[in-house]
Amino acid sequence: MNKIKKLGRIAALCAFLSVSFAALADDIQDANKLFKQGLHAQAMEKVNTVLASKPKDAQARFLKGLIQTEQGNMADAIATFTGLTEDYPELPEPYNNLAVIYAGQGQYEKAKVALEMAIRTHPTYATAHENLGDIYAKMASQAYDRALQLEKSNTGTQTKLALIRELFGDNPKSARGAKTTVVVAAVEPTAASTPAATVAVAKKPEPAADDPAAEVVKTIQAWAAAWSAKDSKKYLSFYAKEFKTPDGLSRSAWETQRKQRIAAPKSIKVEVRDAKVKLADASHATISFRQSYRASHLNSMSGKLLDMVKTDGQWRIAADHSGK
Amino acid sequence: MRNATSLLLAAALAFPAQAETPSRDLELALAKSLQAVSNNRLDVALNEVDSLLKLNPNFKLAQLVRGDLLLARSKPISNFGDAPNAPRERVQDLREEANARLQRVQQQQPIAVPKYLWQLSPKQRYAVVVDTSKSTLYLYENVKGEPRYVADFYISVGKKGADKLAEGDQKTPLGVYFVNQHLTRDKLTDFYGSGAYPISYPNEWDKRLGRDGHGIWLHGTPSDTYSRPPLASNGCVVLNNDDLTHLGSHLQVGVTPVIITRKMDWMADSDLGERDALLKAIEQWRNDWASRDTESYLSHYAGDFSTGAVTLPAFAQQKRLVNSGKTWIKVRVSDLSVFPYPNQPDMAVVNFEQDYESNNLSNRMHKRQYWMKRDGRWQIVYEGAA
Repeated sequence: MNKIKKLGRIAALCAFLSVSFAALADDIQDANKLFKQGLHAQAMEKVNTVLASKPKDAQARFLKGLIQTEQGNMADAIATFTGLTEDYPELPEPYNNLAVIYAGQGQYEKAKVALEMAIRTHPTYATAHENLGDIYAKMASQAYDRALQLEKSNTGTQTKLALIRELFGDNPKSARGAKTTVVVAAVEPTAASTPAATVAVAKKPEPAADDPAAEVVKTIQAWAAAWSAKDSKKYLSFYAKEFKTPDGLSRSAWETQRKQRIAAPKSIKVEVRDAKVKLADASHATISFRQSYRASHLNSMSGKLLDMVKTDGQWRIAADHSGK
Repeated sequence: MRNATSLLLAAALAFPAQAETPSRDLELALAKSLQAVSNNRLDVALNEVDSLLKLNPNFKLAQLVRGDLLLARSKPISNFGDAPNAPRERVQDLREEANARLQRVQQQQPIAVPKYLWQLSPKQRYAVVVDTSKSTLYLYENVKGEPRYVADFYISVGKKGADKLAEGDQKTPLGVYFVNQHLTRDKLTDFYGSGAYPISYPNEWDKRLGRDGHGIWLHGTPSDTYSRPPLASNGCVVLNNDDLTHLGSHLQVGVTPVIITRKMDWMADSDLGERDALLKAIEQWRNDWASRDTESYLSHYAGDFSTGAVTLPAFAQQKRLVNSGKTWIKVRVSDLSVFPYPNQPDMAVVNFEQDYESNNLSNRMHKRQYWMKRDGRWQIVYEGAA
């Protein structure tokens, strides 16, 4: 089960709900906003405030489930989404998200049942169909392994897994019928398209030392490596002094938050793909790339656009224009 | 999937009633699943295969079918065993198992008696006949001398098929054998599953033809394997563990015949005539011996007769010498069994208890003879203690 889709779907569902429920409390909107900014603790606080007065509120509970999922509290998230399926059996999204969580835990039978429920409530729910297809492929692969005693370590299996990954890959997603536009817009915003004069260097294995574009790419790869190594000190060292922290947070508050988010998952793997660098001058550049983020409980693929500045002979991140 | 299984389901499937064993139920469930596939009822097919796998998750063929059925929900598939990068020969093995099991399911329960059971002795409570081409072992009960069908089981035989000639040729021997040992699970590695019953390959005839090799057993499957493909062993006959245990409860060490043939054949009227001719010849042999008519007695032995290293001239000389010292001889034959030999026309294996008394010597022995029909007359080509 590819996690790329999961995130997309979770975000999509969130967006869907936010347009489909007519009267929205400001608190919920705020919570949603915080959640999208990755401020899970704050978002959770807001959600809990809403739930204190409206304990049955579907949207608040749904958001709570999403936050719990993001925070890796799968048991809680399962409980939250299960509660929603009981109180609002007509909503397919909680079933779908339950399925995504179960699939992430390798519980394909449960995932399958949940998706079948989602489809029963909404027979044309494309996301659930698509996810169900993924689950079937995964279950088929398990059955084949048992039938043919495929060794986990052999290359055949690896190729097969790669195939499955591709099967589940970065296809454009669609969700419930008419809401497609909303959904797509709500999925990770992509980086602004880069001008034609960009220098594609990502594929050069050993960039020449005097190539500034290559230096920028190398820096970003080192930044991704530090992130993957969960070395938050090194990670933060890639941000320039003048880095514009998001959401008006102070530098120290932002750093604390980053440290927490880097520490939370058991493992992180960040990869930089399709990097393109545009040099403004010898010490200023922008880099755009696709960021693949895989952590213990969450995978995502997003477009990134960073301003880079070179001071003291070192490229650093001056601004992050992506995804906000 | 539809194309692939239509290959398997060449004939319309009908499931005749068969003896009820757990393995038979499983085989029927598998066949139903495949039939549902051919009817394009993939949901029914998956339910069927799911429920049988709940009972036996190590049924690899069913797992393969399940894989196909699940994958078919995710993308169109074109082949039986459409696993990406599946080892082709393993898929082929399972395809052959599917074929063999479907054929088995379509078989009528046999009402006729196997040709190979001309006569059972009262001590032989059961008899086993293996059909290597149909991947089937038949179990018969001796009901007052009449073989009665009890059950049949899916089996695997040698990787290279049947008619073993030599050590290491990975073939299952064809012939008349006897269970000669029981090895329990605790004496074996997991590979042999719930137990093993070594049989008497190479027998006297095999040795005479220079056939060698050893260690041909009926045995079970490893704990992670419900069943093996039709051609899988190094010559042994392999049953699933439940079936082996079930079969084992009927086997008598040193007594139960295991007749292995390439193709099952059924008793015909002509067999009854041949059997009676042979029984008559045996009685004549006994009578000629007891009446001390040595030349008539020796006329029952073929020119190429041998017993161990002793050939006819030496045997005849010794018999003439011995018989000349007798004033009286009594020979009683009991517990007689007669099994025509598969793959060797006009030959039969004869076993009996021989109670020999004479003026100067008496003994009892279990004797085995191989009789061959030459020029219209049954003659002994081998004889010895069994």
